[in-house]
Amino acid sequence: MYGFLIAVGILLLISIIWMVYRIQTLVSVVKGSDKKVASGSNKVNAMMFVLFLVGTGGLMFWYSIKEFDNYNLPLASEHGAVTDQLFWITMAVTGVIFIITHILLFWFPYKYQYKEDRKASFYPDNNKLEVIWTVVPAIVLALLVIGGWKAWSDITKPAPENAHVVELLGYQFAWEVRYPGMDNVLGANDYRLTNASNVSGVDFSDKNAHDDFNSPVVVIPKGEPVLFKIRARDVLHSVFAPHMRLKMDAVPGMPTKFWFVATKTTEEMRAELNDPEFEYEIACTEVCGKGHFSMRRVINVVEPAEYRKWLAEQKPYIVNNPALVENLSPELKELAEITISEHK
Amino acid sequence: MATAHTATHSASAHDHHDDHEHHDNFITKYIFTTDHKMIGKQFLVTGIFWAIIGGLLSIIFRLQLGFPDMELYWLKPILGGWIDDAGKLDPNFYLALVTMHGTIMVFFVLTAGLSGTFSNFLIPLQIGARDMASGFMNMLSYWFFFLSGVIMFISLFIETGPASGGWVVYPPLSALEQAMPGSGLGMTLWLVAMTFFIASSLLGGINYITTVINLRTKGMSFSRLPLTIWAFFLTAVIGLLSFPVLFSAALLLVFDRSFGTSFYLSDIYIGGEALPNTGGSPVLYQHLFWFLGHPEVYIVLLPALGITSEIISVNSRKPIFGYKAMIISMLGITILSFIVWAHHMFVSGMNPFLGSIFMFLTLIIAIPSAVKVFNYLTTLWRGNLIFTPGMLFSIGLVSFFISGGLTGIFLGNSAIDIQLHDTYFVVAHFHLVMGSASFFGLMAGVYHWFPKMFGRMMDPRLGYIHFWLTFIGVYMVFFPMHYIGIAGFPRRYYSWTNFEFSNMYTDLNMFVSVAAIITFGAQLIFLFNFFYSMYRGRVASLNPWRSNTLEWTTPLHPQHGNWPGEIPTVYRWPYDYSKPGASEDFIPQTVPLSATPESNLPHEQELVKLEKAIIADEEEVLVANESKES
Repeated sequence: MYGFLIAVGILLLISIIWMVYRIQTLVSVVKGSDKKVASGSNKVNAMMFVLFLVGTGGLMFWYSIKEFDNYNLPLASEHGAVTDQLFWITMAVTGVIFIITHILLFWFPYKYQYKEDRKASFYPDNNKLEVIWTVVPAIVLALLVIGGWKAWSDITKPAPENAHVVELLGYQFAWEVRYPGMDNVLGANDYRLTNASNVSGVDFSDKNAHDDFNSPVVVIPKGEPVLFKIRARDVLHSVFAPHMRLKMDAVPGMPTKFWFVATKTTEEMRAELNDPEFEYEIACTEVCGKGHFSMRRVINVVEPAEYRKWLAEQKPYIVNNPALVENLSPELKELAEITISEHK
Repeated sequence: MATAHTATHSASAHDHHDDHEHHDNFITKYIFTTDHKMIGKQFLVTGIFWAIIGGLLSIIFRLQLGFPDMELYWLKPILGGWIDDAGKLDPNFYLALVTMHGTIMVFFVLTAGLSGTFSNFLIPLQIGARDMASGFMNMLSYWFFFLSGVIMFISLFIETGPASGGWVVYPPLSALEQAMPGSGLGMTLWLVAMTFFIASSLLGGINYITTVINLRTKGMSFSRLPLTIWAFFLTAVIGLLSFPVLFSAALLLVFDRSFGTSFYLSDIYIGGEALPNTGGSPVLYQHLFWFLGHPEVYIVLLPALGITSEIISVNSRKPIFGYKAMIISMLGITILSFIVWAHHMFVSGMNPFLGSIFMFLTLIIAIPSAVKVFNYLTTLWRGNLIFTPGMLFSIGLVSFFISGGLTGIFLGNSAIDIQLHDTYFVVAHFHLVMGSASFFGLMAGVYHWFPKMFGRMMDPRLGYIHFWLTFIGVYMVFFPMHYIGIAGFPRRYYSWTNFEFSNMYTDLNMFVSVAAIITFGAQLIFLFNFFYSMYRGRVASLNPWRSNTLEWTTPLHPQHGNWPGEIPTVYRWPYDYSKPGASEDFIPQTVPLSATPESNLPHEQELVKLEKAIIADEEEVLVANESKES
């Protein structure tokens, strides 16, 4: 019954709109306004541009200021300060251009709307103007690019020798976090060794792998360089740590990396934001299938001393699961046994 | 010599036309037609059909994003198993929706629907040709496109769903059936459909290029071509050079999927087994894909810019400012569009040094774009503006081109792109600068050339309402996405509540979704106006916008062959609007300079002498031809 009433209502509404439309058309034919070059609507449209400019411009300023703290993510890395600064410089430059060009674009229609007694000015070209507005944007862009290029070179240069290595392996649909242990060297890996108890495909015949361990949380020290070694084992993924201003694709068959220095511990950030629940997070930003939106890992940034303490407490893969080294050669097995006994 | 040749050519084309004029039946006129005007309309109507499909898909995923708690049982009759028992959209199908939305909009609507419609319709009419260089190839071009569309449409309904790896279909996701259901049959159909689409684009493109180079009427030198034609011409060149590379990317993907090769696959453990493939590189695919993918942006945008240049000039009653600068900018964009592709890949793991190179090249391409914007503004300045719906949509396009173009400066900067890459900032950027701008170009073109297509006028008032709802609506949909993007919300997410940093802005996302639904609804006004006016609109006058270009010298309903008599000769550039001294505020291209001594500029007085010699020459040839005939 309801559906029927709604249908009748819609039908009525449509027929009313239809009638108004037809009457409008007929009136304009009778008045002869359809023969004119520009009808009365011309003025309305010209006015609308100005209203649009003021209305949406006001909305933009209001919302941008009101929401600033919401969309402006807290920052916790050294290079992030540089890229954020570049972002806001670019925002200032483009913002000015945006506003000026839009004022002109919407004010000209009002100012130069059709008048029967006026003739448009015949102004086909002016080489001086063309040169100016080729050269000026070129200079401005060059300055922006040079800033970006310097930052980019710094960010992508090789990581310092002493950087703490963490391996992130993306798979459908999670990240496996592997640490190199005390030697700070990750053991070799081979994707063919992957199975349920060896998610990262670690090759335990490499003795560097003996002290490797995994962790449910990415724990890193504040103020010291950290190198993410990034891999994927099935499809493309992408490591995105928004607060660190960090992003790098994880590519099957091609290890990638990204190094950075965290500047605030999780505790410090919690205090600063007054949010005891706050966590640094890692998300996936390269579409990878059904669970793309749920590949969460937490980064826990701690003081360096605390980090070292945590590191010492971790149990290597082979301690938790001695079966991993069962099939090794006798010498390697002995080495592994020593590592296991050290951690007991 | 050249002159004589052109004259004989047009005369013989005319004879030819007379032979064929009366043999059209329904099938040859409306279906397997070789008339460029009808083919253009076929592309347009097909494009509109796909735009509705693409728009509807986006509405469904906007429902998910804006109202994540909504129960979607009512969609079950259409979507069936893709709505689960709890009334929720399946996450795999969500990805299928965004993939199909992107593919359909980029290729079927804004490439075929825009370029296909207006290149076909306008090139012969504006350069003064009877038809395209090869009417048959042109017909094939449409039917390949149609076939491609049929296959893509079928893929929407198969059990495992259509391709779902994003419109870029990056392998290994798109190569491995185990990775997601959409990578099975749906992906195969996607590849087959795209192959036909590429064939269609190439057939069309070769035709556009050949026609513009060879079939211009007498006097229509390249420096007298309307900017629309320049834009279509350069677009076709870009397409011809870049679509084959997409084909190569797709072909290698077919090999990897079906024949066990490892072009893109290496070191993969999936579904509990290690695959034998080694040595391939997923990044190779990205390079090949974006070698088309970036020029594709300009394939979509340049025709819209060309259309806008023409419409803004006509309705400002002023010559387009900096005609030569506009052409040079478009040439610059054409060349640069081929050497900026890797800015889509700053964080793909490629060598950072390449990133620096592509950052420099990318920001160079902003310069010709800036020049175009300033030229549009100067064209409006001191004009006598008439706000036809076409003009409104053109001004809207310039606004989107500025808004979306400026955010490109952020994304082209590799250091800033680290944070913004694959967030909603990117979504906002390309939907404004490429999606909405090109869509507005398409709309402007339809409103402006509707009288030439169907001999009737669209209702301007409905056009105004359509414009304002759409213009405001588009900004309400895409502007808020900048905030969401700066906040770091990733693209192609089914829901954002799994993360603390993105567990907010539910209100803004709801607002965006509502705006999207209203904007989509506003397109119904256009659909009504379009189809109603086709049959019942007011009969148009011959030159309703008082425009200079050649298409308005044809009869109201031009037959196949366009002009009943001789093809008109062109004596001037297309932008003599409001010329000082002239009695009217426009002088069509067919008016000789010698007929307008009162408005000629000094250098044009010189041309008058030359022109007189040519006219005398032409008459001689005509007399000769006539005596031959009798």
